[in-house]
Amino acid sequence: MNLASLSASYLRARPLNTALSLILLALGAATIVLLVLVVGQFEERMHRDARGIDLVVGAKGSPMQLILSGIYHADAPTGNIPLASVGLLSRNRMVKRAIPLALGDSWKGYRIVGAPHDYPALYGAKPAVGRLWEKPMEAVLGADVAARTGAGVGGKFTGAHGIGGEGAEHASAPYTVVGVLAKTGSVIDRLVLCNIESVWQVHEEHQGPEDAADRKALEEAREVTVLLIQYASPLAGAMLPRQVNSQSELQAASPAYETARLFRIVGVGVEALQAFAVVLILAAGLSVFIALYTALEERRYDLAIMRTLGASPAKLFGLLMTEGIALTLLGTLLGLLLGHGLASALGAWLEAQQHYPVTGLEWRPEEPWLIAVALGVGVMAALLPAWRAYRTDVSRTLARG
Amino acid sequence: MISVRGLAHRYGAAQALRLPEWQVAPGERWLVLGPSGCGKTTLLHVLAGLIRPSEGSIEVSSENILKLEGARLDRWRATTVGIVLQALHLVKHLSVRDNLRIAQYLARAPQDDARIADTLGALGVGEKAARRPSELSQGEQQRVAIARAVVNRPKLLLADEPTANLDDASAAAVVELLSEQAARHHATLVIATHDARVKKNFEKTLNLS
Repeated sequence: MNLASLSASYLRARPLNTALSLILLALGAATIVLLVLVVGQFEERMHRDARGIDLVVGAKGSPMQLILSGIYHADAPTGNIPLASVGLLSRNRMVKRAIPLALGDSWKGYRIVGAPHDYPALYGAKPAVGRLWEKPMEAVLGADVAARTGAGVGGKFTGAHGIGGEGAEHASAPYTVVGVLAKTGSVIDRLVLCNIESVWQVHEEHQGPEDAADRKALEEAREVTVLLIQYASPLAGAMLPRQVNSQSELQAASPAYETARLFRIVGVGVEALQAFAVVLILAAGLSVFIALYTALEERRYDLAIMRTLGASPAKLFGLLMTEGIALTLLGTLLGLLLGHGLASALGAWLEAQQHYPVTGLEWRPEEPWLIAVALGVGVMAALLPAWRAYRTDVSRTLARG
Repeated sequence: MISVRGLAHRYGAAQALRLPEWQVAPGERWLVLGPSGCGKTTLLHVLAGLIRPSEGSIEVSSENILKLEGARLDRWRATTVGIVLQALHLVKHLSVRDNLRIAQYLARAPQDDARIADTLGALGVGEKAARRPSELSQGEQQRVAIARAVVNRPKLLLADEPTANLDDASAAAVVELLSEQAARHHATLVIATHDARVKKNFEKTLNLS
């Protein structure tokens, strides 16, 4: 027998109270853990996907939409921009690198992106099998696309018009898979890549040019969807966006600014959920307090008897504190397990929905803080009951009965 | 074993106990008699160091217990005094064995199952070690409470109204058990009671009035 086993025996002696406190704590802690995991991983991925991209140039519209479609491939593009403007910007001395992307088609819900080899290089993506595309209608699959569709090198597929995967198929222009990229943990894992000419070709076929003049007219009207730009110097950040925005057809959006804006919008919801979780933890603390405090009356004689058996007041204080702290720690640990379990379940579901993956098998730096906070709640909840136990008047208690 | 001089205790203005002089030799068996409210319980609590008297000097087992403070007094009580109360106050959710083990733990004595078994056996409840107090008869619970008081081999065994609410046979049995256990552990026995049935077995009595 020791303080821990004695405390545990008292907790077991009131199973309902103990269970209630544990459930409240576990739910509060799990909610916080889930939020921390999901939001943390989401922000990390947002930053990782935007790394190396200082500016996105596309058609006029919502700058947020431009960022979402151009970098994260999560929204419809704002429109297309003339190929000529790409050449102009690429030659601008403030631009170190400009990567044009042509969007518009998809295969089984995965977007087909026409891009130069610079684009996979931006994410450090290299072929795990096969090679990168060289000719039109050669396609390279991102790691997740290959894994989920089961397609491999040598396979053929046809893209569907539109990014939802429900548009008309470009049946006359099939793609051939020439490579599969190694997993990078970035947005490129969920893309199908080819060169820009492929995208043009598919759509020109779609419009059915009848003679050489038609074809030439289509070629002159060639467009891209967005241009991902790396600045040559920090100074460009101050000048280039203004320069681009002053041209009537073009819009420049800064990923850093727009993602920060997005986090602020999402942050309101996250904060509301966090506040809810904090209320749960406080309620749990209150339930620990009430459980210990109401049990004091019942335990009056036990405490007095312990004093006659030689327990010091500090021992009784320690006994009650141990109960409160053990309860909150156990509840928090259950909450951590539950939170990670829920994150894993959510991750499995999101993966099936082709969304951002979330994993529960990861520790966030905030989690030790959660344990510390729970410990604090336990100490606060147990303090007053423990103090009353400390002050037990043995002689009076025993004389009463 | 016990040496009391000029002892007085008051709760507020009310006189709770007056005892000018009392000497008890080691191994003696004493009965403290008197009507309710005469200070019997107060005297036992003073002897156990649970309350500090308003006046007087008191030595128990050659220790001036008024000089002991805080945790040292608790340690002294754990190793020197065993207490049996009218209400038994066994810890409900612990087994009989754990009710004795808690006494060893709190006295910082080694947790010795052999001694627990021996103590329970000597009181005829050796087979009940794994049971909860609620599964025992009143008489058996009384024996467990006595076992808890003697498991640390105290030099002084105190009992407060141990026979109240018991029938004649049970009352006699409890007094017999207490005497037996005191003898077994060479302890001095002090029983506080207003029960006239107990009186005939004791030569040494202290009348408080």
